[in-house]
Amino acid sequence: MSTFEFLLQGLASAAEPMNLLYALIGVTLGTMVGVLPGIGPATTVALLLPVTYQLDATGSLIMFAGIYYGGMYGGSTTSILLNTPGESASIVTALEGNKMARAGRGGPALATAAIGSFVAGLIATLALAFIAPYIVKLALVFGPREYFALMVLAFVTVSSAFGNSTLRGLTSLFIGLALSLVGIDQLTGQNRLSFGVPDLLDGIEVTTMAVAMFAIGETLFIAAQGAQAPDKVEAIKGSVWMTAKDWARSWKAWLRGTVIGFPIGAMPAGGAEIGTFLSYATEKKLSKHPEEFGNGAIEGVAGPEAANNASAAGTLVPLLTLGLPTSATAAIMLAGFQQYGLQPGPLLFATNPQLVWGLIASLLIANLMLLVLNLPLVGLWVKLLTIPKPWLYAGILVFATLGTIGANPSVFELGMLLVFGLIAYVMRVFDYPIAPVIVGLILGPLAEQQLRRALSISQGDFTVLFTSPIAAVLLFIAAVALILPLVLRMRGRGDVLTQMAASED
Amino acid sequence: MKHFLLASFLAGAIALPAAAADYSIMAPAAPGGGWDQTARTMQNVLQQEKISNRVQVMNVPGAGGTIGIAQFASQQKGNPNALLVGGYVMVGAILTNKSPVTLKDVTPIARLTGEYEVIVVPSSSDIKSIGDLVAKLKADPGSVSWGGGSAGGTDHIGAGLIAKAAGVDPTKINYIAFSGGGEALAAILGSQVTAGISSYGEFESQIKAGSLRLLAISSAEKIDGIDAPTLKESGLDVVLQNWRMVAAAPGITEEQKKAIATDIEKLAKSGKWQENLKTKGWMDTYLSGAAFDEQLAKDIASTETILKEIGLVK
Repeated sequence: MSTFEFLLQGLASAAEPMNLLYALIGVTLGTMVGVLPGIGPATTVALLLPVTYQLDATGSLIMFAGIYYGGMYGGSTTSILLNTPGESASIVTALEGNKMARAGRGGPALATAAIGSFVAGLIATLALAFIAPYIVKLALVFGPREYFALMVLAFVTVSSAFGNSTLRGLTSLFIGLALSLVGIDQLTGQNRLSFGVPDLLDGIEVTTMAVAMFAIGETLFIAAQGAQAPDKVEAIKGSVWMTAKDWARSWKAWLRGTVIGFPIGAMPAGGAEIGTFLSYATEKKLSKHPEEFGNGAIEGVAGPEAANNASAAGTLVPLLTLGLPTSATAAIMLAGFQQYGLQPGPLLFATNPQLVWGLIASLLIANLMLLVLNLPLVGLWVKLLTIPKPWLYAGILVFATLGTIGANPSVFELGMLLVFGLIAYVMRVFDYPIAPVIVGLILGPLAEQQLRRALSISQGDFTVLFTSPIAAVLLFIAAVALILPLVLRMRGRGDVLTQMAASED
Repeated sequence: MKHFLLASFLAGAIALPAAAADYSIMAPAAPGGGWDQTARTMQNVLQQEKISNRVQVMNVPGAGGTIGIAQFASQQKGNPNALLVGGYVMVGAILTNKSPVTLKDVTPIARLTGEYEVIVVPSSSDIKSIGDLVAKLKADPGSVSWGGGSAGGTDHIGAGLIAKAAGVDPTKINYIAFSGGGEALAAILGSQVTAGISSYGEFESQIKAGSLRLLAISSAEKIDGIDAPTLKESGLDVVLQNWRMVAAAPGITEEQKKAIATDIEKLAKSGKWQENLKTKGWMDTYLSGAAFDEQLAKDIASTETILKEIGLVK
C-alpha cells in the first residue's frame, strides 16, 4: 500500500464513533491536567498513560494522541488568562496573550491560539507523514557547532525583541544567564554555585522561574498598587471571536510559526522553547504594528503557539524514524509504544505501518477534537476574568503554588518561587523586562554545553565553529542581525528605529 | 470557573490514592527515564499480581538520584510502605556530587534488572573492530571522542575502564557527555563523535537497521542474539552492568525488611514481570539478601576507584 492509502485507512479506523469518543476523552483529560501550571505535557502524559492501558491498541493510541495534544494546548490557556505559563514552551504566549486578555481581547487571543495550534498541528502532522525521512537527515547534520551557531542566532534575535532599553534588556538577560550556571555542570559532573544545597544541584527549574516571574511577580505588583489599581479587568471588549482583522493578522503568523517550529522540534537538541522565541522575534520584526508588541499584539500569540504545536509534532520525527526520544514527553511516549508491542526505530515504518499510520491519523483526529472542544469553551474561559480582582489573584497564587509543589514536591522549591517572585516584583517596579531572564535561563546552558562539546571534540580548535557551512551561515545571519541596525543608526536613519524601540513596552 | 473546579477535582483524584497506598515507590528521576519506567512497571505488576492493592509512584528528579535519595532517607525513616528505585548511576552520582546521603542510609532490598554497555561506531566509520578503536586510543587518546550519557554515569565510567584496561591514562579520555540517550545517539549517527558507549537497548534498533556497527559488549560472557565479542575476549578486562535496584526506607525492623523482600521476590518471579522485562528488553538480574549486599559493596568500591582515576572524584 502507498503512504496515502495507509493514512486513509488509519483515518477511517480513527473516525469510528467509539474511537472518536476516546479521542474526545483524551483531549478533555489532557487539556484539564495541562491547564494546571507547572504540570507540562510530559507529566500530563505520564499521569494519564495508565488510563489508556485499559483499551485495545487502536483505542489507546487514539486516546493517547488526544492526551498529548490536549496537554500541549492546556498550558497556553493559563498563560493567556492568568499570566501563568503551564510549561516552558508557552512562556512567550504569556507575553502578548495576557496583555490581550487584560485589554478585553482574551477571546481572540484564546481563539488564535486554538486555531493556530490546529493549523500548525495539521501541517506538521502531514509533514511528519510525508517528509519525516528527509527532515531527520537534516537534523542529524546538526552537531554541537551547528547548535551553538543556532543559539547565537537565537540570542541576537531574541534579545533585540524584548524591552525598550538595550541596557535593561541585557541586564535581565545576564541575570538569567548567571542563574543558569547553578547546578551540576553537565559535561564534568561538578557542582557550580549550589552552595551545598542539594535542591540546587539540578539547577533552577525553568517552570518554577517562569511561574514566579510572571504570576507571583505580577500578583505582588497588583497588590502593591492597592486601591489605586483599576477595580476590575475589562473582561470582554468587542467580540469574543476573532474579527476579520484578527484573521488577517494571524494566518501568516500561524504559517511562519509552523515553518520555524517543525524543523527545530525535529532536531534532537532543539526543543520547543527556541522555536517559540524565534517565532516571536520574527513576528515582531515583520509586523506592521510593531507598536502593539508588548501591549497585546495578536501575532505574538499566533506565531509562538503555532511554533509550539508544530515542534510537538516535530519531536515525533526522530522518535518514529530513529527511535530517538528527544524530549521527556517523547521518552514517555516510547514507553507507551512498547506497551503496544511497538519498537520505534529505523525499521518501524517498514515493520509496523498500520500502527504508525494509525498514530498519525490519531494525531490528526485529536487535533481536530482539540479545536472542537476548545473553541466553544473560549467564551467560558474568558468569564474567568470577570472574577473580582482580589479573588482572581488569590486564585492565581493558589494555582501557581499548587503547580510548583505538584511538579516538584520540596519546600525549597516553594521558597525559590517566592524569592524569584519578589525579585520579579522589584524588576517590574524599576521597569526591567522579565522575559529575557527566562530566555537566559533556557538558552544559556544550551549554548554553553554545545560550545564546550564542539571544542572538546575538536580538542580546543576554535576554527571548527566556522568551518561547517551550516554553522557559518547561521553565524553570518546573526552578525547581520546584530550589525545592520547599528549601521542604519550611524547613517542617520536611526530616528525611526529609536522611535520604534521607544514605543515598545 | 466550572472547568477550573473540574481540573482541581481531577488533580485531587490523582493525588487521592496516596492515602490508601500499600506501597509508595519513589522514582528519583523525571518521568520517562529508566528509573521511572522501572517504578511504573513495578506499580503495574504489583497491582496486577495482587501483591499489593494500591501502589503509587512519585517522581523526585535530579542530580543522578541524589536529591531523591536524600529526601527518601529523611522523610520515610521507619516507613515500611516506602520503596525507592535506584541503580548503578546513583552509585557514581553519590560520589561525584559528594552527596551526604548514600546507599548506606537506606535499606537495599534487591537488584532487579540490568543492561550491559556496548561500544558502537557509525557504520560509515573506518573503525571496524574494538581492536581498531583501542589502537587509535593508544596512539592519541584525545582523538577518540566518546559520546554517551551524563558525566560520571555508567557510560563515562565504562569509557574510563576501557582506557585503563588498554593501558591508557583514563584522565586523557575525551568523553562528551550528552543529556539523555537520544541526543547522544543523534551525535553518533551524525558522526559528530568517534564512538558511542551506552546500554545495549539504546542502540539496539540502530544496530539491527545497520546504521551503527557494534564493536563489543561489557558482559562477562557472550549473550544470545547479540553478535559481538565481549570486552574480556578482546583483551580488555572490563565487565560492567548498568543495574537497577529497589531499596526500602532506613530504620525499619528486620521483620518489615523481610516482608518487603518477600513481596519483591514475588514480583521478580511473577509471570507479568517477566513479560514486561521481555517487551522492554531488560535483563533479569534479580539478586537479593547477602549476595546483593556483597555485590553492591564491590561495585561501590570499584566505582570509587575509577572515578578517582578519571579525575571526577578527588
